[in-house]
Amino acid sequence: MLSKRIIPCLDIAHGRVVKGVQFVDIIDAGDPVEAAIRYDEQGADELCFLDIRASVETRDTLYDVVTRVAENVFMPLTVGGGVKALKDIENLLHAGADKVSINTAAIFQPELVREASQRFGSSTIVVAVDAKRVDDHWECFTHGGRKPTGINAISWAKQMADFGAGEILLTSMDSDGTKAGYDIALTQQVSDGVSIPVIASGGVGNLEHLAQGLGEGKASAVLAASIFHFGEYTINQAKEHLHVQGIPVRLT
Amino acid sequence: MTIALVNYGMGNIHSVAKALERVGGKVRIATTPDDLKDASRIVLPGVGAFRDCIASLRKNDLDQALLESMRSGTPYLGICLGMQILLDESYEFGEHKGLGVIAGSVKHFPAHLTEDGIKIPHMGWNDVIPATEAHPVLASLRAKQCYYVHSYVCVPKNPQHIQAACSYGNHPFAAAIGKDNILGVQFHPEKSQAAGLAMLEAFTTWNP
Repeated sequence: MLSKRIIPCLDIAHGRVVKGVQFVDIIDAGDPVEAAIRYDEQGADELCFLDIRASVETRDTLYDVVTRVAENVFMPLTVGGGVKALKDIENLLHAGADKVSINTAAIFQPELVREASQRFGSSTIVVAVDAKRVDDHWECFTHGGRKPTGINAISWAKQMADFGAGEILLTSMDSDGTKAGYDIALTQQVSDGVSIPVIASGGVGNLEHLAQGLGEGKASAVLAASIFHFGEYTINQAKEHLHVQGIPVRLT
Repeated sequence: MTIALVNYGMGNIHSVAKALERVGGKVRIATTPDDLKDASRIVLPGVGAFRDCIASLRKNDLDQALLESMRSGTPYLGICLGMQILLDESYEFGEHKGLGVIAGSVKHFPAHLTEDGIKIPHMGWNDVIPATEAHPVLASLRAKQCYYVHSYVCVPKNPQHIQAACSYGNHPFAAAIGKDNILGVQFHPEKSQAAGLAMLEAFTTWNP
């Protein structure tokens, strides 16, 4: 049976792991390769790197991090942040990424998602949807949650799936950094709305939150950063917690 | 003992190369037919679309060179797309001819899975159940999970060519196919941590 995936996420800035609260208050949290090796040993199912300060000047630093990580751990690696063109995707794949996450660029040039999925295969292309509640619905935000777009997040996720995205990385901007749990209503609506896997992200504070994202939220995978990064829980503890509730996970 | 790792300009050669090196393999990146000559083993990794892969192999005359190496008995491992191109044809983005080494075709997961709420691509860790008489390269995978990511599956005409099975949304499919010196796996051993590395190590010592 297909296991639900536990994905530790590393926010990267200038080649270092950082962790912000609601996309501000950045604190340094260490070396990405060391973190990746630690998660590999704990049985993480996948790793996600998001370059939150992506710019032309720091691109090579990111490629270098990706390459060093891919040399040291043998598990799927998703990398995102500042991806604007097919060439960026190609460079990341060649550096050692398995999947590339597109966020802002998908909003401004949705055709990039279509072209990229045809060129590199759907399963290589993740579309990151950063959603924030606005009145009675959710809207997409760009630039790390700073700029509203007026686009309905659920219809956007559907459109991206139609354009060939292989996976949706769904982050609730309201929950992110709060440790109060995923936005379950949002996660469930997107999961029900698209035929591709959805990764729930933003707001994990304890292991029960992971179970909620996978259960009620119907996500295929859960992403978390700080609960793993600061050693509150190991990945193995998370899987054990899910396993006893009957959620299929890969025990290592 | 050189493993020729075929680079057709699409795939993530890097991680497969590193994984093979980790288990003691000596890797040569092969981009021309000459690079395949005298190689003791061949690995064809796969990322991207079937038609682009086969077109790129043909453009570089690698298709004929691969067939020749396989005919001469060189152990071959195809990963994901490298498995799928062994078959006669694929229906991904139209109809495209494969290498035709193993009779059969490559088809999309059945549409009813999506209607049942099963997500496509099949992405994540799932079982690898080797055939009762396990293929020597796959034997260590019994009771293990490996990492899959695909929307198309191999359907060989002869069920005896299925070397390992997996099931997704109650739909059984081939996790590995093979005959003689040729083996293809749908999952990614280079992304399957210890289980995958053990399989790759078994491939580096396999004497079909």
